[in-house]
Amino acid sequence: MTTTTNRTIFSAENIDVFYGTSQILFDVSIAVSEGQTMALLGRNGAGKSTTLKALAGLAPPKRGKTTVLGTEMQRRKPHVIARAGLGYVPEDRQVFPEHSVEDNLLIAEKKGPNGEDYWTLARIFEMLPMLEPLKGRMAGRLSGGEQQMLTIGRTLMGNPVGLLLDEPSEGLAPVIVQQIGALLRKLRDMGVTVLLAEQNMHFCLGIASHATVIDKGEIVYRDTIEALRANEDVKARYLAL
Amino acid sequence: MDLSALGSCLISPSCVITQSTSGLIIGLLLFLVAAGVSLIFGVLKVVNFAHGAFYMLGAYFAYSAYQLSGSYLIAVLAGGIGVAIFGVLFERLLISRVYGSPVLMQILVCYAMILILDDVVKIIWGADFLSFGMPPAFQQLPILFAGGVVPVFYLFLIVITLIIAALLGLLITKTRYGKIVRAAAVNPSMVSALGINTGVVYASVFMLGGLLAGLAGGLAAPVRSLTAGMGTSIIIESFIVTVIGGMGSVAGALVGSILIGLVRSFGSIGFPLFTEGLMFVMMAVVLVLKPSGLFGKEGR
Ligand SMILES: Nc1ncnc2c1ncn2[C@@H]1O[C@H](COP(=O)(O)OP(=O)(O)O)[C@@H](O)[C@H]1O
Ligand SMILES: [Mg+2]
Repeated sequence: MTTTTNRTIFSAENIDVFYGTSQILFDVSIAVSEGQTMALLGRNGAGKSTTLKALAGLAPPKRGKTTVLGTEMQRRKPHVIARAGLGYVPEDRQVFPEHSVEDNLLIAEKKGPNGEDYWTLARIFEMLPMLEPLKGRMAGRLSGGEQQMLTIGRTLMGNPVGLLLDEPSEGLAPVIVQQIGALLRKLRDMGVTVLLAEQNMHFCLGIASHATVIDKGEIVYRDTIEALRANEDVKARYLAL
Repeated sequence: MDLSALGSCLISPSCVITQSTSGLIIGLLLFLVAAGVSLIFGVLKVVNFAHGAFYMLGAYFAYSAYQLSGSYLIAVLAGGIGVAIFGVLFERLLISRVYGSPVLMQILVCYAMILILDDVVKIIWGADFLSFGMPPAFQQLPILFAGGVVPVFYLFLIVITLIIAALLGLLITKTRYGKIVRAAAVNPSMVSALGINTGVVYASVFMLGGLLAGLAGGLAAPVRSLTAGMGTSIIIESFIVTVIGGMGSVAGALVGSILIGLVRSFGSIGFPLFTEGLMFVMMAVVLVLKPSGLFGKEGR
């Protein structure tokens, strides 16, 4: 049921990003097309999170442009980009710890940019059944895996057309990582467009169709993920395996 | 110190009733101001020193509206709504420019606003004390309760401020707006990344704080004399309240305010020269025993 078209859902084009005076991203370009799950791979500190933050408007690029559904977004505030349809799931989960699970989800409830309203509380609980019995619990008291599920569900509540996922498997037990993998495959099969930042290529195999590799703030490789898997040279040079 | 006077008051039901009601009124009006200070600090991390001046402005707006309309209801609403609008303008035009600036900068902006408002009040309404007068509806014989005398207007103030406090509690804990406000207090960039305009949230919190302070000024006007600078003592007390109750906690502001009100009214009998001091002693005790305040979260 995967429907990949050539229509670009969101992109970065030749962006330079700085934190203060130090340049973190150099001329980074990445485009994710409809229904695609793209892996953004690289070592710790390579610039994956910064790329996602630039797309989400949290680390605005100094040069270059970002787009969502063809509209330029590089000068826009994060809430405008979110309303334009780009959903962001941060790396360190960032649930609202003193809100209940249900309230975390309800805060994020909104329609998509074209009135999409597929994701509702009921559908989120259907897809993430482990959260339903916990809906009254304070999010700060969930396990790491449950919090990760919650942040993904929370962002989906905004009915995004594209999803930025920052290291959803980081620091979680293997059995939980498998559950997250299954969730991401489900989203892919539903046709959700995803940019998945990861250090771990193996986690992305079977989820992502394509891979972009970033190193020291520059894009150094892009191809299908199977081609990357077979490319021992690129893996040895740019990925910590 | 006059502990024997305090002792004889405490064993006389009528004195207890009288002092408790006046303490409650001081406390509940203070709560309306302190809750705004606490909310604004909790969400925007700005200590709004000008909040006492908001209260003053509410009283003067109410005064003029009362002169024009003769209706106390319209007067109180004019105080609340007028200061709510003023609060939004103050936030959008001035305070929003010093978010993230050193605290000293924020204090300067607020302090400048206090001086400007005090002078504006003198220019518009004059430097003399103004008396609002008791609205005719409340010019009735006081109610006798367990031997104590309680003016009808006092009873009205207690009921109306408790209703406002309850509505505020519901707004903050139960509504989607309140949930967003509390989330923005903890993690504004995440709230923004979920598609919510935090600038609007910040302005609305200032509007809410202005509304509460303006209502307090309007409600208090018949029992306070209006003068430029009337906001000074209530802002200092508001800070004591937020330290006692815990910054950002509405429930803490309520408990802290009532404590301060009761200390003020009973303290004025037992320690007439040291009531201010008593409040600071209470604050010091809380700071030592629970630095985050009675309702504050540890380690924030
Ligand atoms: N807030 C920040 N201020 C300054 N430097 C930062 C900040 N966040 C990240 N960096 C630096 O930017 C580089 C890229 O970081 P990041 O995008 O988080 O990498 P990744 O997600 O691939 O691990 C790193 O060298 C990191 O030290
Ligand atoms: Mg990262």
